Amino acid sequence: MAAVQDGPMELDAEKEAKPEILSDGTSNLSGNTASGTLSSSPLTAAPAGGAPKMEDQQTLIAVLQFLKRNKLSESVEILRREAGLGEHQEGSQATDGSGGGKGDGDGGDANSLLSRVSITSAAAPQSMPVKKDQPDVSVVLSAYSQQGDPPLYQVYYSGLKNFIESVLDCHRAELSQLFYPLFVHMYLELVYNNHETEAKAFFDKFSGDQECYYQDDLHILCGLTKKEHLKGNEVLLDFRTSRFVLHISRDSYQLLKRHLQERHNNQIWNIIQEHLYIDIFDGMPRSKSQIDSMSGSLAGEAKREVNKAKVFYGLLKEPEIEVPLDDEDDEAENEEGKPKKKKTKKDSLGSKSKKQDPNAPQQNRIPLPELKDSDKLDKIMYMKESTKRIRLGPENLPSICFYTFLNAFQGLTAVDFTDDSSLLAGGFADSTVRVWSVTPKKLRKVKSAGELNVIEKESDDVLERIMDEKTASESKILHGHSGPVYGVSFSPDRNYLLSSSEDGTVRLWSLQTFTCLVGYKGHNYPVWDTHFSPFGYYFVSGGHDRVARLWATDHYQPLRIFAGHLADVTCTRFHPNSNYVATGSTDRTVRLWDVLNANCVRILTGHKGPIHSLAFSPNGKFLASGSTDGRVLLWDIGHGLMIGELKGHTDTIYALKFSRDGEILASGSMDNTVRLWDSMKAFDEVETDDFTATTGHIHLPDNSQELLLGMYHSKSTPVTHLHFTRRNLLLAAGAYNSQ
Amino acid sequence: LHTQTDLTIVKMTEREERRFAEVPRESIKLMAESSGVELSEEVAALLAEDVCYRLREATQNSSQFMRHAKRRKLSVEDLNRALRWSNTETICGYGAQDALPFRPLKEGELFFVEDREINLVELALATNIPKGCAETMVRVHVSYLDGKGNLEPQGTVPTAVQSLSEDLLKYYQQITRAILGEDPHLMKVALLDLQSNSKIAALLPYFVYVISGVKSVSHDLDQLNRLLHMVKSLVQNPYLYLGSYVRSLVSSVMYCILEPLAASINPLNDHWTLRDYAALLLSHIFWTHGDLVSGLYHQILLSLQKVLSDPVRPLCSHYGAVVGLHALGWKAVERVLYPHLPAYWANLQAVLDDYSVSNAQVKADGHKVYGAILVAVERLLKMKALSLTLAAEGSGAGLPGTTTGAVGFRENSPGLSPPPEPLSEPPLGIASHLQAGGAGCPWEEWTPVSLPAMYCELYSFFGDSLAVRFSTGPPLGGATPPGPCQPLEGRKEPASSAPNLENTRKMPQLTASMNISPRRDGSPRSPLSSSSRPGRSTSQSRDIFPKARFPLPQAGPPAFSFIIGGRQMGRRCQGRRFQTSFTPTPPLTTHPPRAYAHKLPVIGRVSKPVRRWTCSHYSLHLPL
Repeated sequence: MAAVQDGPMELDAEKEAKPEILSDGTSNLSGNTASGTLSSSPLTAAPAGGAPKMEDQQTLIAVLQFLKRNKLSESVEILRREAGLGEHQEGSQATDGSGGGKGDGDGGDANSLLSRVSITSAAAPQSMPVKKDQPDVSVVLSAYSQQGDPPLYQVYYSGLKNFIESVLDCHRAELSQLFYPLFVHMYLELVYNNHETEAKAFFDKFSGDQECYYQDDLHILCGLTKKEHLKGNEVLLDFRTSRFVLHISRDSYQLLKRHLQERHNNQIWNIIQEHLYIDIFDGMPRSKSQIDSMSGSLAGEAKREVNKAKVFYGLLKEPEIEVPLDDEDDEAENEEGKPKKKKTKKDSLGSKSKKQDPNAPQQNRIPLPELKDSDKLDKIMYMKESTKRIRLGPENLPSICFYTFLNAFQGLTAVDFTDDSSLLAGGFADSTVRVWSVTPKKLRKVKSAGELNVIEKESDDVLERIMDEKTASESKILHGHSGPVYGVSFSPDRNYLLSSSEDGTVRLWSLQTFTCLVGYKGHNYPVWDTHFSPFGYYFVSGGHDRVARLWATDHYQPLRIFAGHLADVTCTRFHPNSNYVATGSTDRTVRLWDVLNANCVRILTGHKGPIHSLAFSPNGKFLASGSTDGRVLLWDIGHGLMIGELKGHTDTIYALKFSRDGEILASGSMDNTVRLWDSMKAFDEVETDDFTATTGHIHLPDNSQELLLGMYHSKSTPVTHLHFTRRNLLLAAGAYNSQ
Repeated sequence: LHTQTDLTIVKMTEREERRFAEVPRESIKLMAESSGVELSEEVAALLAEDVCYRLREATQNSSQFMRHAKRRKLSVEDLNRALRWSNTETICGYGAQDALPFRPLKEGELFFVEDREINLVELALATNIPKGCAETMVRVHVSYLDGKGNLEPQGTVPTAVQSLSEDLLKYYQQITRAILGEDPHLMKVALLDLQSNSKIAALLPYFVYVISGVKSVSHDLDQLNRLLHMVKSLVQNPYLYLGSYVRSLVSSVMYCILEPLAASINPLNDHWTLRDYAALLLSHIFWTHGDLVSGLYHQILLSLQKVLSDPVRPLCSHYGAVVGLHALGWKAVERVLYPHLPAYWANLQAVLDDYSVSNAQVKADGHKVYGAILVAVERLLKMKALSLTLAAEGSGAGLPGTTTGAVGFRENSPGLSPPPEPLSEPPLGIASHLQAGGAGCPWEEWTPVSLPAMYCELYSFFGDSLAVRFSTGPPLGGATPPGPCQPLEGRKEPASSAPNLENTRKMPQLTASMNISPRRDGSPRSPLSSSSRPGRSTSQSRDIFPKARFPLPQAGPPAFSFIIGGRQMGRRCQGRRFQTSFTPTPPLTTHPPRAYAHKLPVIGRVSKPVRRWTCSHYSLHLPL
């Protein structure tokens, strides 16, 4: 809480004084509910900042009442004498004075205040010397009475607005960040206190001032006019209880604080204290564009300290595998005149396997499953394939193969390819999952147990013999879910398939028997996405319940729960080293979670819409995220900073994928296009040393057009999934949309 | 809370400060009453607001399901899911994929989802069980090689239909072969099947594609005719949802109507009949499927207008435009042809006045156009008069609601290929207002012209040939109707038309089977009186205007009265008489009488008389 520590002494005093009065007010509240007379009076007086007579008197009366209640009769006498107040006067105004506190009943605000109150009741008399501290008390009291003054909210807000608009340009942009959270909290407070008409007026007056990227939230807000509505709306409840984080430079903050103190604008100050977290940094104030690029999420920016944790983004050491056949094959390649490729391959693979990357996590930080023979075979295949990989670059763009789903009347909702591009799975809105074989090899089931018993287990072709030739077909349908399937993911060994569905379950399917093996229940709400770990065994899922869960295939309960998102977790991805999980959410943040301890290690803000796609770069250093606003953001995981913004898509980006070597980022969208971006250039242009500078704020070059390498249209097929084959051929998939 | 059902009676109120729909408290009260609860005003207001909020919340929640289903269109299913997850009852019965027509009720500012009743018995006993939709499948093609270019240019046929079953493919081949082949009997069978087969939805794009081949066979009238028949069969098939293919079909038909087909180079080819048939088909498509494509009516009118106003186009194109407009109904004629007539007339006149031998063919075409225009404007006049009467009588006792639908008539103009079925204008009067307004954009800069003024203007063009055709009453003496095969006008050019050259205003000269004796001067003073002559069959008597011997019955406003006869009209085919009266309009008198106009020969013939005839000597008879 940088802001509070930073606060000067008088503020502390203020805070001490405040609670006592509040306790007074709230205790009075029980007796008095109606108060029309007073609430209107400060309307004219208070905003001016001065303390006019009327208010003074109320203050005195309130203090008197407080003293009386605490049985400090002597002080009462003294005060009364000195102020020249008659007993009757006090009585006549008593209702008014306390009635002003009506608004104090507002939920979280009052409660948290009250909790602080309890400790200070003993200290009350000391801080009450009325004569000495007159201004302070009146400030507190006026704030307290004004809290129930709905019409004043507009005055407060516009007062702050005028102030911010009048400050120097460099501060204005920073302080403007306050508008939106203040606006929302003030509006919610009005709604919470049943000042419906005032709330409407307030909304109408100031909603137009808010940044355009908050429009979606404002739409939700403007529908809220009743306290009862607040109860059911979890997103807004979160907004109320969590703190909106702002980054403001020290200078700007001081400016704001001075202003608020001068104006005795305690209403706003309270909100800042209660609901906002101002992360103060030393150095130059940020520019408008810098701020805009980072803001937009539901709860403001990320606190800097959150992103300080060390992330081991390096890749794990490749297991040593003897490749007896490999050499022969490579020899053949060599003769064909491609020695270069072999060299690069050896470099990349060789160095990786020998030296430990300093940024890589310990090999056994997360227990990983041991490699089976079949996995080793697959690795060998992978290496062979990768020697034939085409090196992509701006001059050498990939070919694109489009897998079009025809007659998908039931609605294609999710697609996944296996890593070796041999299988294709589609999740559909009619609750089915369909698996296709992309290669000529047909899909076959394993024979039944009885038939399996007959097979000679020692024979060489036992793996072939266990398959039931009668069941061979190009595609298989998996029935089991009872709601649209929103996410599918193949296991790396191609033996399993995961699917997550609206019915709240994640299901594990065997691709040997084409049956459901496990139904993982835990989300209880729609599960929007699921993803297998690159090493298998673990998988992650995220859903409407706003948490992501880490599972292991052999546990029916989650191993970790990643909680923190303020809204639905819409997409989940494993880091290539399997130690981290990235989640994107409707709250417009991307979070990175440590699988080891379920801690949130990165909060990445800057998206202006729900995030629907994520992709890690193959080297594990970078993350790309795409959202409904059609922008792709690039993140440096090590520093937790945004390093690029790719603008161009006109609709939600549902698919992101880096090429096998990470030179090219492909993005696929609802706007029926695939775009290719020069990710190498995007990463290179950012000097990572810049980040280490204290501010950590970088200026993003607006170079989307330079980075865009190509744009490829499909006729009427939104791109749902993208995949690079091991040889860097780009596969895209989507359902033909006849409309 | 059954808030969902409120959707049907949501009244859209746009208040200044809020921009979303609200359920008015009246609706809430109504709902409450329907379930037997009385609500006070305040409770209803509170409830209305809460209902609004809950609806908005549900909608906002449902958008999440839409986004995750990777769709742009919010479906009822999305909303149901949102409701289900907020523990609310879901809405049943709205899960259809098609858009639900949301209709306004003019009087009450009420909007509702049209909910047609389904005859379950029919459905249950139906023998045509719809075939399940095609199998979901994946097709792959290399879209871009090395990031360059599209290898496979996608054809006009959507990819989704590339998966046809063997049977369908066979069916398609057989049908197309039969229709385009030589055997007329086979063609008939194929067309009949095309008309009634319920399982050919998947083939529709193929057929549409075949039909779009009209452009390549414009030299072959026979093939064009066959293709048009194919269109007709498709249009009449009740199981086919044409959707946006209507546009393609219309463009093919329009091609036949408007284009100067290669076949028309040879004057022996009767491309006129083809155009007539195509025009008829166009109107049929439009009236039955026009609602599938918004703005279709407007587009058709525009393209017809474009052709009509283009003097470079050959006369056969103009002819097509005129018959097209005629087929689209008298409203179209009134809006497009009528305002264009003065400009067009000059061109036509020039053609018709050229007597050189080299022009003979063109002139013959000109007469065709003339005849078509005449038929069109005649019907315009008749229908306008009828609509005025209908409007005047309203839904009075004399006019049962069904009459509008039943009124249809047939032009029995021999050269113009009479419509084979009496459907040339199913919705009339008010109904056609609605149709035109719903299907197309409002026609700007168009102001209705009053009937008398219109008549006067048309009369100035056509003279008595208009009047004669207009008075189509049967002979009182029960004369035998003339045979339908009147001599074709325009084919031969009689010399008799030459003497009329010195007319004050030159009228196109047309051949006719008979001549009309000169009329008394000033006969067109009142077009109504002249037009409302209970004429006799023109071929019967030279004394075609006996009215001249009648004294004008009264000095007051002339009255229109006409009969709609027909099967539905009443027992014993008595017909129904409608009457309307006009106050004489000033322009009538300003027109000088055309001394020679009555000398014009008359083309064509009038319609068949109705057997029984409730008499009125000022009557306009509309035979059915």
